[in-house]
Order: sequence, then C-alpha cells, then structure tokens
Amino acid sequence: MLSYTLKRIAIAIPTLLVLIVVSFVLMHAAPGGPFTAERQLPPEVLANLNAKYGLDQPLWRQIVTYVWNIVSAFDFGPSFVYKDRTVNQIIAQGFPITLTYGLLSFAVAVIAGVSLGVVAAIRHNSAVDYAAVGVSIGAQVLPNFVMAPILVLVFTLWLGWLPGGGWQGPEYWIMPVIALSTSFMASIARITRSSMLEVLTSNHIRTARAKGLPERRVILRHALKPAMLPVISYLGPAFVAMITGSVVVDIYFSTGGIGKAFVDSALNRDYAVMMGVTILVGALTIAFNLVVDILYGWIDPKIRY
Amino acid sequence: MKMRTFLASSAIAIGLAASAQAASVPDGVTLADEQTYTFWLLDAIKSMDPQINTDVEGSDILRNLFEGLYNEDGDGNLTPGVALDHTLSDDGLTYTFNLRDDAKWSNGEPVTAQDFVYSWRRLADPATASEYAWYMELMQVENAAEIIAGEKPIEELGVKAIDDHTLEVKIITPLPYFPQMLVHGSTFPILQSVVEEYGDNWTQAGNLVGNGAYNLTEHQLGERVVMTKNDTYWDAENTVIDTLTALTINDNNQALTRYLAGELDRVQIPAGQYPRLKEEYPDQAISTPYNCSYIYMLNVGDKGPEALNDKRVRQAMAYAIDRDVIVDRILQGGQKPAYNWTHWAIADFERPQIPYADEMDQPQRIEAAKKLMEEAGYGADNPLTLRLQYNTSDDHKKIAIAASQMLKAIGVNAELDNYEWKIHTDRMQNQDFDMARYAWCGDYNEASTYLDLMTSYSGHNNGEWFNDQYDKIMKDSKTAEDPQPLYKEAEALLAEEMPIIPIYHYAKVDMINPAIKGLPQNNVQNTWYGKDLYRVATEE
Repeated sequence: MLSYTLKRIAIAIPTLLVLIVVSFVLMHAAPGGPFTAERQLPPEVLANLNAKYGLDQPLWRQIVTYVWNIVSAFDFGPSFVYKDRTVNQIIAQGFPITLTYGLLSFAVAVIAGVSLGVVAAIRHNSAVDYAAVGVSIGAQVLPNFVMAPILVLVFTLWLGWLPGGGWQGPEYWIMPVIALSTSFMASIARITRSSMLEVLTSNHIRTARAKGLPERRVILRHALKPAMLPVISYLGPAFVAMITGSVVVDIYFSTGGIGKAFVDSALNRDYAVMMGVTILVGALTIAFNLVVDILYGWIDPKIRY
Repeated sequence: MKMRTFLASSAIAIGLAASAQAASVPDGVTLADEQTYTFWLLDAIKSMDPQINTDVEGSDILRNLFEGLYNEDGDGNLTPGVALDHTLSDDGLTYTFNLRDDAKWSNGEPVTAQDFVYSWRRLADPATASEYAWYMELMQVENAAEIIAGEKPIEELGVKAIDDHTLEVKIITPLPYFPQMLVHGSTFPILQSVVEEYGDNWTQAGNLVGNGAYNLTEHQLGERVVMTKNDTYWDAENTVIDTLTALTINDNNQALTRYLAGELDRVQIPAGQYPRLKEEYPDQAISTPYNCSYIYMLNVGDKGPEALNDKRVRQAMAYAIDRDVIVDRILQGGQKPAYNWTHWAIADFERPQIPYADEMDQPQRIEAAKKLMEEAGYGADNPLTLRLQYNTSDDHKKIAIAASQMLKAIGVNAELDNYEWKIHTDRMQNQDFDMARYAWCGDYNEASTYLDLMTSYSGHNNGEWFNDQYDKIMKDSKTAEDPQPLYKEAEALLAEEMPIIPIYHYAKVDMINPAIKGLPQNNVQNTWYGKDLYRVATEE
C-alpha cells in the first residue's frame, strides 16, 4: 500500500506539470489579454505593463520562470488585475472561506444523503421511500442559482432571520451551505439507495439474516459498508468540487470565496490567478482521487494494489 | 510671467466657504444616532492605489480615502480640496496651486506639494506601469509622454513644489478644463514613506495612510470594504457619517433584494425594473443623467465592409434605428435617446440642430433611409449584409435584436455576433468588425472627453474614421476662448458623416434610502464624497 501511494504521488508531479503547461498555453491562446480594455492603452503604456509582468518574454520562458518561482519560493506571482495583491494573498483570503462552507456542505450532504438513501432502501416501495425519492429528485432539479435567490428572499427579506450575504460569522454560513449541499445530498441519497437495495439482496445479507442477527446490525454492520463503494467513488470528485468553491454560492451570497475569483480570472485574463487556482484545484483533485482509491482498499478487501 | 487670479477671471466658480462642501445639515433636521452609509459594489475592488486603479467603483472608494487638489459638489462644480485656489499664467500653460496648510495625512504628517510631485511622477513612471499613465498625457503635463515612453527621467515631469504649500504644473497646450481633470483619482496624492515601507502591500487596511475624510479599516476582497472617519482630516469637524461600508454583490437582483431588506442604502436598479419600483417606492427610485453614451461604431477603415465607406449607407442605418423603442421599451430607466455623441447633460454643452433628429419623425426617417440605400445601390434585389457585434449582456442582446429588426426594414441584414468582453474588445481594437456596440464614459464634465475620441489621433477611434476637418476643429477648440461653438460644429460633422450611430445617453438608475441626504443629484459623473452625506432619523 505504501509503495502504491508513493508511486501515485510520483505520478502526480508530471501530471501537474502537464496541467500547468497546457493551461498556460491555452490561456495565452485566448484572444485579449489582462490589459485589453475598452479604452485601448497607448502602446508605450502597454509596453511598460508587459515588461512589468514579464509578458514581453517568449512563452516558454514565461512558463519556466513561473514553474521555477513556484518550486523555489512557492511564489505564484502578482495578480494582473487585482494589482495590489499577489495570487498567494488572494488564495489565502478566499480559500479558507470556500473551505469552510465546502466542508460544512460536504458533511451535511453526506450525513443527510446517506441517511435518506438508507432509510429509502430499507423501507423500499413504502411512503417513506417515495418521500425520500421525491425530496432528492426535487433537490436535484432545483438548481442552486434558483435556490439561492429564493433563500435570500425568504430568510432575509421576508423573515429577516439571516443576513443576505457576506462573510462575517456563522450566521452567514447557513444559506451558502444549504444552497451548495442540496444537490450533492440528492445525488448521494439516490446512489446510496440503489446501491443499498442491491446489497440487501446479496448472499451475505441473506446469510446474516439467516443467522438471526437483528436488522439494525445487518444494515449497519454488513450492508452499509459494501453499499458505500459507489458513493465513495462519487464523493472524491464531489468533495473537491465543494471545497474549491461554487461560483454560484460566491456570486449570490457574496462570500468572497475562491470560486468567483476563478471564473473572474478567466474573464479578466488574470493569468496569474487563473493558473494559481487551476493548480490548486488540480492538486486537490489528484490528492483526493488518491484518498478515494486508498479508501476503496480499506472498504472492499477484494481490491488490492 | 504675469499672474492673474483664477477666481477673478474664470467661469468656473470655486466656492470658498468650508460649509459649502462638508455635510451641510439644515437646521431642524434630526440626525440618526448611527451615522452609517452602506453602498453597493458590483465587483471586487481591483486596487486601492490611486495611481493603479482604473475602475469607477475603485474611484468611489479612493475619493473617501484620499483627497486631490479639487473636489466636486453635487452639481459638478469644483470645490477646494487640498488646493484652495490657483493662478494661471497668461499663456495658459502654467498653473500655480495654493495648497491649504491644515491638510494632514492620517498618520498626522502634513500634506505637502512634494506629495503631489511624488504621486504624479509615479503615475507617469514606466516602473509603475499604470494603466492610467495616459491620463497624465491627456492632462498635457509637460514631458509626460516622453517619460511614459522611457525617453526622459521622471524628474523632468512638468510638476514642481515651489514650497510646501505651492505646487506648480506646466502643461504643453492650454486646456480650459484642466482644473476639472484634477478631480480624477489618478491625480490623488499618496505618501512616499508609506509606499516605501510596505511596498505592494501599502494599500492594505492597517498599512494605508491617506489624506481623505476616511480611513480604511477593513478590506475583504470581493466581500466588503469598511471605512471609518479620519480625525486628522482638515474638515473632520464637519464630517457627519462615521462609517462607510461598501458591499460587493455580484448579482444586481440579489443586491436589490438586500436593499429592500435594509442591508444597503443605495443600489442600482436592474434593467427594466425602474417603472415598477418607481411606482412602488416613488421616493426611493431615482434616475439621474450619467456621463456615458451608447453607440454602434461603424468600421469605415480598410478592414471594414466596403458598403460602410458610403456615407449614405451609414446615414441610412442611423436613421433606421428607433431609439424611442430602445429607451422606452427595453431600458425603461430614464435614459435618453441619442442622436449625437456627447452626453446631453454635459456642462455647457448644447447639441447643434441635427436634421434627422429634430426635423423628422420615425416614419420620415425610414423613408429617408430607404431612399439613401437606394441611391447607394442597395435594395430588395441587392441587400446589404453586415455583422453586428456586441459583448455578452442581456441588455446589449435585446438592443441588438431590436436594432437588427429595425435595420431589416431598410434592407440591411444585420447578423448578430456575440462575444465575451475581452474578445469583443480585442476584435474592435484590431478592426475585426463591421458594426460594434461601444460605450464611452466621460473622464470629466466637458464635451471634449467625448469629442476627442473621434479624432484620428485619439487611439480609441476603432472604426478608423479619419477626418482632417474634424481633427482641425478639435485642435482649434483647445485654444479657443469659447470652445462650445466648435463642439457644435464637431457634432454637426459627426451627424453628417455618421461614423458612429448614437443610440442612447446613460442614466444612473438607483434605489436610494430616503434617510441618506447629501448625495449628488445633478452631477453627471456621480462624483460623491462620504464627507458630504448625513443620515436623518426616521420615525420608527
């Protein structure tokens, strides 16, 4: 297991390098640049800007310099658009916010989703099942860009219970977490339910029941673990998607998170921020795919590396 | 050099009474206990560095943290800032500013003429690489262009501290509106020692030292900016609002909901909602003229379609567009139909008689347009097909669809091309367009901020309509005793040649909390200062 893990980490480095090079080239291939503005800059002003940000260098040298600064000093450079901030500062401010609502949403989605799925599977074809399926389908088809304004309308404007946006304390976390977790919760519930239904008809469950084990023990001890396999393969990427932020949550709740910064950086051609967040998301994706694979081995002894 | 006082000879009135510019609370008004003002930002503030900022929203913040030579009042007139007044040499090239001696930085140090010298040099300095360096060129400050191009050292910039409280500025051509240009944020002073101490981090809350009425206490990028009253400000005694808060809300509708929930004191009204809100909240929904014009720029250059080289085609297209429909049915926010380039509310500007605007109604315009198209050789059997390019936005799309329908009536087939903002801009600047949506917002309250753009040498004339007569008119206007007749002439020429199709003049359409007083009502730049505001108590 250790050698497998080390091998995967070793592969991760060239993967990230490829990600950097491809993103870098694609980014520069897009028309327009960070200093393209409605009022066109005089050539001498543009030249000064390009010189300051190294954009006057050939592309290969820009990439080499960029990678070297990261490796040698963990320096992702200055933002081209938020000019009095570095990429490190932007990520250091935005990522903890995103991480907070992402982790909370993940916890809510997993706990609620798995519970809902298990209950629906156990009470298969009962009113409880239909209700659970109804709730999860409802949650899934209601996109968060529709839910977010509705939440603000209800909880801020009509009831006056919660602040409509911002990031100043726990009361600001509630609506973003609801908006972000709902559709993930629905997916988890549906995957859990169908997987659980399948497991419940398998031989080892029949054996467990034949032994006369109480139903509670059958479900929690013998059914839940194997039923979680497809859920876990879904959770890896879902976890990364949640903690790296949601542009919808950031826009509608003004959290100041990294999701909005990422989309803005693409629209603004803020090369440095775009690269920084791409690398962050890329590294997290690689890391959590590895975590999922290791979890597989732990859950299902049939899987060996 | 013979000096004459500016105040004695100029048409621009500078109010000298201190009370004229701070919050002037009328007698009998009960102020609210909590003096706060919370306003809306569509986007995160890109920079709080006066010489780096390029955004209108950034300027709204900067005006409260820093103070330049002059400020503006609610009607757009100049009022003293750090400068009390100035004198102008007879040749119109040397301005000498008399700075107040009670202006202080928020760390207690006095604001001096050297601070302006440092900041203006910094704006032009190639090492600063300011996107607004060109503003120093626009101000015609001596040697600015050469310094930006790296051909001269920054010390040769035409700005000099005669003593601590006297600043001399030399410009290369007389500019009647030079004092107005000093309201702009990029001319604000900053403190050299602070920049040197903190480097690029000097604009962070806690580091930033300003000379404005407020201090920066918190800046969460993309979330909020909080500013609190600065006790070292020379007019702190008359500053009423204690806390200014700017909330970033990227979605306009969401911002409106939060305004209605009482979280904001001012927010922009999303397009199309003004009539409804005006009816529901007559004392809160407010539309005021705003210094921008919306046009379709036509590409008459080498890369443009041949048909657009024919003046008759350009005129016909301009005639065919029914601006009333766009303004009354699509925008619905008090915008005005535009038949000329300069915004109608610009100070002292009066547009000339324009035949298609003043002498025809829409059916007549369409008749005339059809005839022009026919003369130019286009018609049912020889239709003209053009591409109409716009950047991603619901409003631009609606207007483009409407315009293409209107153009169809005269046999012009406008195919819509939608691009993301940067690509749209890039294509325009490379002349890869036939006709394209464009808007220009004036830098100051004077017609040349629009008219200069259409000169062959402006650098922004993307449609490449180069006209010697126009260039001459604009050059002459710089030295004219009264430039207004020349501006009229320039507009008449534009209406005749029609290199751009004016569509509408902007309005600022906002919901404003009626408890907030002192916001400008008649200032096309919507230049506002937190120090001029106050919040009255509401009966609750």
